[in-house]
Amino acid sequence: MKLEQSYAIELHNITKRFGSVIANDKVSLSVKKGEILCVLGENGSGKTTLMNMISGIYYPEEGQITVDGREVKIRSPKDSFDLGIGMVHQHFKLVDILTAAENIILGLPGKQMLDMKTVTSEIRALADKYGFDLDPNQKIYKMSVSQKQTVEIVKMLYRGARILILDEPTAVLTPQEADRLFEVLRNMKKDGCSIILITHKLHEVLAVSDRVSILRRGQYVDTVDTKDATVASLTEMMVGEKVDLNIQRPVPHDQKKRLELSHVTCTTKEGIKSLDDASLTIYSGEILGIAGIAGGGQKELLEAIAGLEPVTEGKITFYPEDGEEKVISNLDVAKIRKLGVRLAFVPEDRLGMGLVGSMNMTDNVMLRSYQKGKSEFLDRKTPGKLAARIKNQLEVVTPSISAPVAQMSGGNVQKVLVGREIAQKPKVLMVAYPTRGIDINSSHTIYHLLNEQKEKGVAVVCVIEDLDVLMELCDRIAVLCGGHITGIVDGRTAKKEELGVLMTRHEKMEEKEESDHE
Amino acid sequence: MSVLIIFIQKAIVQGMGILFGALGEILTEKSGNLNLGIPGIMYMGGIAGLMGAFFYERAVETPNPVAGMLISLLCAFACALIGGLIYSILTITLRANQNVTGLALTIFGTGFGNFFGGSISKLAGGVGQISVSTTASAYTAKIPVLSKIPVIGSVFFSYGFLTYAAIICAIVMSVFLFRTRSGLNLRAVGENPGTADAAGINVTKYKYLATCIGAGIAGLGGLYFVMEYSGGTWTDNGFGDRGWLAVALVIFAMWKPLNAIWGSILFGALYILYLYIPGLGRAMQEVFKALPYLVTIIVLVVISFRKKKENQPPEGLGIPYFREER
Amino acid sequence: MNKEPVLRMSKRESMSPGKMLMVYAIALLMALVVCAGVIFLLVRMNPIDVYKAIFDGALGSKRRIWITIRDTLVLLCIAIGLAPAFKMRFWNIGAEGQILIGGMVSAAMMIYIADKLPQPLVLILMFAGSAVGGMVWGLIPTWFKAKWKTNETLFTLMLNYVAMQIVTYCIIYWENPKGSNTVGIINQQTRAGWLPKLFGNDYGWNLVIVLLLVVLMYIYLKYSKQGYEVAVVGESERTARYAGISVKRVLLRTMGISGAICGIAGFIIVSGCSHTISTATAGGRGFTAIIVAWMSKFNTFVMIAVAFGMTFMEKGAIQIASQYGLNENASDVILGIILFFLIGAEFFIKYKVEWNHRKEESR
Repeated sequence: MKLEQSYAIELHNITKRFGSVIANDKVSLSVKKGEILCVLGENGSGKTTLMNMISGIYYPEEGQITVDGREVKIRSPKDSFDLGIGMVHQHFKLVDILTAAENIILGLPGKQMLDMKTVTSEIRALADKYGFDLDPNQKIYKMSVSQKQTVEIVKMLYRGARILILDEPTAVLTPQEADRLFEVLRNMKKDGCSIILITHKLHEVLAVSDRVSILRRGQYVDTVDTKDATVASLTEMMVGEKVDLNIQRPVPHDQKKRLELSHVTCTTKEGIKSLDDASLTIYSGEILGIAGIAGGGQKELLEAIAGLEPVTEGKITFYPEDGEEKVISNLDVAKIRKLGVRLAFVPEDRLGMGLVGSMNMTDNVMLRSYQKGKSEFLDRKTPGKLAARIKNQLEVVTPSISAPVAQMSGGNVQKVLVGREIAQKPKVLMVAYPTRGIDINSSHTIYHLLNEQKEKGVAVVCVIEDLDVLMELCDRIAVLCGGHITGIVDGRTAKKEELGVLMTRHEKMEEKEESDHE
Repeated sequence: MSVLIIFIQKAIVQGMGILFGALGEILTEKSGNLNLGIPGIMYMGGIAGLMGAFFYERAVETPNPVAGMLISLLCAFACALIGGLIYSILTITLRANQNVTGLALTIFGTGFGNFFGGSISKLAGGVGQISVSTTASAYTAKIPVLSKIPVIGSVFFSYGFLTYAAIICAIVMSVFLFRTRSGLNLRAVGENPGTADAAGINVTKYKYLATCIGAGIAGLGGLYFVMEYSGGTWTDNGFGDRGWLAVALVIFAMWKPLNAIWGSILFGALYILYLYIPGLGRAMQEVFKALPYLVTIIVLVVISFRKKKENQPPEGLGIPYFREER
Repeated sequence: MNKEPVLRMSKRESMSPGKMLMVYAIALLMALVVCAGVIFLLVRMNPIDVYKAIFDGALGSKRRIWITIRDTLVLLCIAIGLAPAFKMRFWNIGAEGQILIGGMVSAAMMIYIADKLPQPLVLILMFAGSAVGGMVWGLIPTWFKAKWKTNETLFTLMLNYVAMQIVTYCIIYWENPKGSNTVGIINQQTRAGWLPKLFGNDYGWNLVIVLLLVVLMYIYLKYSKQGYEVAVVGESERTARYAGISVKRVLLRTMGISGAICGIAGFIIVSGCSHTISTATAGGRGFTAIIVAWMSKFNTFVMIAVAFGMTFMEKGAIQIASQYGLNENASDVILGIILFFLIGAEFFIKYKVEWNHRKEESR
């Protein structure tokens, strides 16, 4: 009984700012020994920042952390280690060509000559104790994602972690693998370990945790006992009240079928289906929002249409104003362009894909159109004029259009990118996270641009993580989860709770929902 | 039979200098640094060793071979290590491009070797006049009894101690890389410095040490050519392209020290094969000298399309590592 | 992490060209001071005299000036060839081999067809043949890179020595007189296949060809669509795919051009300078040119200055050698030291170094 009462780690009024942005505002939470605590919140709610302060990556500006009742300062990952805290990140920190055992002992002090036999048996014992399925002698590169995750967890335990933080561990797992992970976590809990699970999947919260702490936009909302919680109550706390953002939404008119995805499946190198049997019709003159939790297949959906992601099954068809329909799946960017299909795409990775950071505005503006014309030489006049126009119309702040775009702020970079894509006079405009990391004014400029395109009869598809924005901007919202399209709802009547449920539902929507539209 | 024995002997003699160079480069590349300065570093080691012995023998009336040997060994290692240190400072601390730095070091090192080689030749009274015979005798001394055994003695025991040192060095390095904690950490640094850093390994320290010690070992390859192969004399550009052959051997050995042992002998054999094939014109002989490089290219292509993880270059090779600044 | 370093480094956004020049000037000055120290320590000679001798050796007479120009042009030509490859982040360490193959083709034509065809035609054929030779030699590793991502640094490096042995083979095959192991001056009497005098100067054509290449490559990289593609591929393959650029095609095309110009350098050496072929035809200039191209940041006009500076040092050092009875290899030592400083100087252009005033975080 005494064990139940003592807290392994407590956070009091933790505040962390990045510049003017408050990532965590007076957040408090605590984990008991032998307990699984879920930290629930949408993307950008400050979960990961909070955990990074426990694991020593960031240092809080205000607030205290106590471990085992003692106040501590965690200034580095090593401090965190020494307190028995281990964090498993979403990106595994493992060396591919080494074995599991070698990765587990990497960097640890000890005798120079390695005694791998002892290490292996120690790891085996540890794995058996908690029910991990792990071969210490297997090389990492031969492992599946879930096996790699196991290595990471065992690594933490081997190093003596008693408080384990898992950052969205099931994002990369199949449901069966997730179940097995939960089984192991429960064993660890029985052994007195404390586990913090970061997630936004409600059914997991309900299945595995003892208590749930909810964060929303950097604010601490509440902590509840899981046995008293329901999907509805948690959703409500997670998404909060609807906020009015004052975004215009003209009524679509003169809609025509523009793009059709039928049963599209994309498979990663590891054999995981990032997009699974997705069917979707996109119309001209509308903004179709794509909602979903990170890694749900949103990126692959856009990239498959854009010709950057091979489609393993199904097909994507473009319907022009007049003339024959054109199948564009599995064609590269140049071939799609040659067919006369004008697709514009604002990718998520702005400087790594959409723009060339070291080049100036003019050279970036011509990235997608430089091939025009017969001449072997570049025409910088037209893009130069366009760059100047984008700079003026979108109020891009830059010393000059000849400065490298990497020197501009995020909002201005995005304006250049969106400005360029719109200038192609596209028939379909795809944008991924158009306002991520961008200030309010620039965001509104971009919403306005999207609306303008919609009015011109462009089919606009945008992936946005903020549900409030989706609900105010989009005519229809398609929800993705685990590569499936779990539902398509009307943006004008959609409810936040409804979207929240669809975002965490792991099955395909019923066929009839889509036909409602026609 | 006797031709074969001489062939094997000659192959081993050709191979050992390359082996030192390759071992040094393996250690360096395991830390993620592609040091193309190895040819220059070998020159630096060679000339420093020779100078150490030369000045020692001039300074002392009756030079002691063992003392001369130790002095030259130390000089060679230290001077080559300084070459590695220059490379490390530029690429690790000052984050300069590895290829450019390496090539500059090769220009410098080759010039350094030839400059001092020429200078002390002049001191000694003319080209080819340097003689450190006393010290060289310590290097070329064969194992007393064993070398007299017929066949086995000539094939296995008729070399100076550096030959055995090279093989022991390869074995020790293999044990170090694959059996010790520091070796494991070093491999992690070369493969994935970010992960190594997160695991609490001091990436900079490992890179510096591996590059400098690797350079020192490669320097012994230069010393080998000067002392054992040429018997203690200097000729400008005397190593020819053997420095690059050492870099080639690293690939051929697929970054494994034990492979480098037999690889070096094979390279040595390929290098002199033309002498033993009857009926070759002088012209064709030259084509045969390209064999080690051709074989290396084939290995390089084969490992790139077989994509077997264990045989690939260290994943972080040539890529500088800086911890992200926040 | 608890002990933070005293110095803090952060990436600079940009630096004005003037400041940049200052950094390099300081580095060069420091290098010269170090060199002076080294020279003094070694030979106890007044370093100022030595530097004067260097200047004299490189530019002391009309003939010396032209020799310096001739060698500058060759180095420059190779560096121009390397520029597009490096801009694409393709590490072509194989210029040495590409030069040799190009030179070999030229030499072959001089020997076999030069006196059978009209001279202009011969020269055009030699020019084209050398370019093709270098191109083929450059395309071999590129093809494997495009197909299997075979490491190009190591592949091109190895090909240098394969080329070296092929050339050695040819030398022995062509050797003149027999048994000399050299080819000798080819067509010494007829001067067939030699680049003729232009403006009364032996190296006039070299000058014209290389300066033309300087301008053309500058335009190609800066103003042509293909040059733009090279820049995008070099920056990020993902961006290239997004822009609809075929990375493989750009790889092959660019390395074809790179190899061809290195082959042309071989033609200039054989037909325009030495009129013979030997294993020293490339003479390490394929490596030196890498440094020239890198330090010029692929700007061909900057390359003129850098290539001249390097050749200047080399010629000067040869002069010291004969004047003071020093060893001519001193030039490589001095050059090496200067390079180290210039390479190191780049850091101070890319990064700001500040004393760390750490704010106390605990309250």
